Amino acid sequence: MATEKMSLLKAINASLRTALENDPKVLIMGEDVGKLGGVFRVTDGLQKDFGEERVIDTPLAESGIVGTAIGLALRGYRPVVEIQFDGFVFPAYDQIVTQLAKMHARSLGKVKLPVVIRIPYGGGIGAVEHHSESPEALFAHVAGLKCVSPSNASDAYWMMQQAIASDDPVIYFEPKRRYHDKSELDTAAIPGPLHTARVTRPGTDLTLAAYGPMVKVCLDAAAAAAEEGKSIEVVDLRSMSPIDFDTLQTSVEKTGRLVVVHEAPVFLGTGSEIAARITERCFYHLEAPVLRVGGFHAPYPPSRLEDEYLPDLDRVLDAVDRALAY
Amino acid sequence: MTVDSTAARKPRRSSSKRSSAKQGPAEPQLVQLLTPEGKRVEHPDYSIDLTPEELRGLYRDMVLTRRFDAEATTLQRQGELGLWASLLGQEAAQIGSGRALRDDDYVFPTYREHGVAWCRDVDPTNLLGMFRGVNNGGWDPNTNNFHLYTIVIGSQALHATGYAMGVAKDGADSAVIAYFGDGASSQGDVAEAFTFSAVYNAPVVFFCQNNQWAISEPTEKQTRVPLYQRAQGYGFPGVRVDGNDVLACLAVTRAALDRARTGQGPMLIEAFTYRMGAHTTSDDPTRYRRDEEREMWEAKDPILRLRTYLTDEGMADEAFFAGLEEESDALAKRVRDVVRAMPDPDHMAMFEHTYADGHALVDEERAAYAEYQASFVTAEEGN
Repeated sequence: MATEKMSLLKAINASLRTALENDPKVLIMGEDVGKLGGVFRVTDGLQKDFGEERVIDTPLAESGIVGTAIGLALRGYRPVVEIQFDGFVFPAYDQIVTQLAKMHARSLGKVKLPVVIRIPYGGGIGAVEHHSESPEALFAHVAGLKCVSPSNASDAYWMMQQAIASDDPVIYFEPKRRYHDKSELDTAAIPGPLHTARVTRPGTDLTLAAYGPMVKVCLDAAAAAAEEGKSIEVVDLRSMSPIDFDTLQTSVEKTGRLVVVHEAPVFLGTGSEIAARITERCFYHLEAPVLRVGGFHAPYPPSRLEDEYLPDLDRVLDAVDRALAY
Repeated sequence: MTVDSTAARKPRRSSSKRSSAKQGPAEPQLVQLLTPEGKRVEHPDYSIDLTPEELRGLYRDMVLTRRFDAEATTLQRQGELGLWASLLGQEAAQIGSGRALRDDDYVFPTYREHGVAWCRDVDPTNLLGMFRGVNNGGWDPNTNNFHLYTIVIGSQALHATGYAMGVAKDGADSAVIAYFGDGASSQGDVAEAFTFSAVYNAPVVFFCQNNQWAISEPTEKQTRVPLYQRAQGYGFPGVRVDGNDVLACLAVTRAALDRARTGQGPMLIEAFTYRMGAHTTSDDPTRYRRDEEREMWEAKDPILRLRTYLTDEGMADEAFFAGLEEESDALAKRVRDVVRAMPDPDHMAMFEHTYADGHALVDEERAAYAEYQASFVTAEEGN
């Protein structure tokens, strides 16, 4: 198969299918991932083709899903587990933080846990409480975990391949509001490394950094700013742990200004860490403080208010203007 | 309304008024094959037939484990270990279940399974690194099919279940055993492990050592029913065994492992025993329990009863016991020597093994810290 246009969701499905075909040790686990194909249909058709032994409908217990996935990984399997929604990951947080993240170090490297945890995350779909959150910083903060989030079909496919191949546990955050966005996917391509950022749109006046669902917002903002004669560079971070600070540094040394955008609350979020590091690395290149655009220090609001909470074109452009005003 | 009107209340163990009365359905019979007085008895469901050599072997295991454990406690008191979690009193539960295992079976322990580790041929000194603070475990679980000690209570029950699911997928006839305690029985992870293992018919045995105390909380703070009865609600059998009877623990665990191997799914064993010592060397049981209780359990000592049986039946002589004493001393000395010589890890070791495939931030911090350390050396050299 060469290049074709595909939705982000279908790209993940295709990637899981490829992994199941290539490695008999790969398992899919989660609530409703079997016959139903997952509540978003990301695993659609996989149980039919690979059987109940490899695409496993689990009891409704997130800690149990991750805990048994750890046990399966200890036995030599490579489980890809689905947490149905971002806000439901917390029953599994203990297993993820105290066991999954730490067992490799605890064993002085003798135990490897190649577990992928898929979490559909973020808002913008008009959902009820606990279905729109962005908890990535809570995982990126934990040594032993790696955290990534694709923004397009090609990354969704390849980053999943690489996450499954990784001998480290990877939390794979799926931007659920972008599930049905289509883009080019080349399944014969040779992908770059998993944890590198990518300059998605070159520019010279300011850098916008984002990942997952906010990359599109930033690209739209950059396009709008271009009409006003501003040249905005957009960096798709792709990985929140580790963060590719080298690519960011190169960009900021060129533009002198940085705005980080994510749906997650700004306070102690990914943007805070980026602001601190880039300030250290690029102090003499910065023309303005690093600004952050993101969620507020409030519970994710009821869906009728989520458009106020989520960073949009105008809030990003407002930050761009503030940064450029220095 | 008075408290007395709560008709459903069970008589409390501390109630002197009812202490001599039968405990009712909440205190069931336990499987016993060797009485506290050292007499062999039969059980309708579980039997065992061991040679004198095998019986002496179990005795030796328990004696050496207890000696190792006592030495570790001493080493903690001497400042060589930061902490020790003693298994004193639980030797029969651990040796009995541990000796029921085959080499290809897999063990998921808590942090107190020193006797099981012994049965798996894990070098006892390997267990001490984490208590000395030179590592967090560090042994290779696959060498002896003995997983790392797990400190977060109950987490390993799920790992055991997942591992057992993998065993079943592989078509192997190995079994998996998960150890936990009465306190852990309250953890959601243990409940979820019961659910998952039952749903997938996983070849796992849940071995709960009910040692009556979760630090300061008696079992009554964890459950209103005998713990083995929990299994019924999940759809697999549970049994209570005399946890101070090494023969019963061996027989029941063998049966449970055989069930698992032959595709009959999980089983819960509640080994009814007693934590003779403190929770850990940091604990002070005099604040929450009475000496009389300990004395009552002392009379049920797992080692003494087997010694009585071996002696009464003429299966062990004084030379055997004397030889074992010497072996115990030698083990203790070796443990002492190894622990005292155990070096602190290199100061850069904390950066190692955080990830299997590396991580840019760890690399950056490691380099920065190495440079920081080197700056002191340079300064000293400069002076």
